[in-house]
Amino acid sequence: MSNNQTVSFEHKIPDNLKGLVADWSSDVQTFRVRWSKAMMWIFLVSDTFIFGSFLSAYMAVRLTTIEPWPNTSEVFALHVGGTDVPLLLIAIMTFILISSSGTMAMAVTSGYKKQRKKTAFLIFLTALGGLAFVGMQMFEWSKLIFEEGIRPWGNEFGANQFGGFFFMITGFHGLHVSIGVVYLTIVAKRVLDGRYDRLDDYQMVEVAGLYWHFVDLVWIFIFAFFYLW
Amino acid sequence: MEEQKQFKHPSFYQGDAPETEHPFSLYISVWILLFVLSAFSYAVDIAEVEGYLRWFLVTIFAFLKAGLVVGVFMHMAWERMAFLYAIMLPPLFLLALVGILAVDGAFVYYIRDLFMPLVGE
Repeated sequence: MSNNQTVSFEHKIPDNLKGLVADWSSDVQTFRVRWSKAMMWIFLVSDTFIFGSFLSAYMAVRLTTIEPWPNTSEVFALHVGGTDVPLLLIAIMTFILISSSGTMAMAVTSGYKKQRKKTAFLIFLTALGGLAFVGMQMFEWSKLIFEEGIRPWGNEFGANQFGGFFFMITGFHGLHVSIGVVYLTIVAKRVLDGRYDRLDDYQMVEVAGLYWHFVDLVWIFIFAFFYLW
Repeated sequence: MEEQKQFKHPSFYQGDAPETEHPFSLYISVWILLFVLSAFSYAVDIAEVEGYLRWFLVTIFAFLKAGLVVGVFMHMAWERMAFLYAIMLPPLFLLALVGILAVDGAFVYYIRDLFMPLVGE
């Protein structure tokens, strides 16, 4: 077998169910990262296509409308102290999400240094940032629905298609943030319980981090293409 | 039984070294850079820059931020090239989708502009 020349297994893989799983997860022959990280990245690529399709569809429809597209700095303005500040809430949400991404990056590093409590604390902080983000998004949605009267099929600011794309794109992103909050809470609890100390392996923190950074990444593009473009 | 417990897949010993060598200061500087770039894109809106310059600036800032997040926060800058290309090349197909839809969208707009006034309300 030519395999024997190129591959040398330092540890024998048992021929049972555990071995079956190990064999099927052994794409590391190509990718020299562990399966958990590779699989999370592949999932994120598929998610990239979902959000990419959403944003491309938004572009395609926005190009076709005869009616002007609503002015987003007007629609998303926040009334503070007697004046309308454009996109204020969105700026705060961006600030919070980027900060939570920063704390997550630190959590990953602390994890690899096996600092159990520090890692758990930083992940909890990240989840808290996500929770704040979702809360502000709920505020934003209810303001748009109840005060501005924006509906998926129409609004008073311009092209009817605006509402549909807004609710679909930000809603799907908000769903990702909400799932991320649950996911991070579970990982933080596992860190605190010492599960990764027993495994002597904090890779799962990095994998969770990849998901969270991706949520931040999607927001960067929504912020640019939907709110600012 | 003892052997079973000891079992770890060979991949456990290959490749990615734990990222302990990256200090917090690196992440904090990227964090600050992301704030600055976000502030720049926000400033584009405040200054009411319009037209191609606005689209150009907003897109540039977005891609710079995305590069920082993927490269540093998601550690892609330190992955092997085989992995980097496998993950980063497929999304480039979206550019083809965007290109095709841009042509199509412009055409639909042209048709609507031509005929919608005739159809009336």
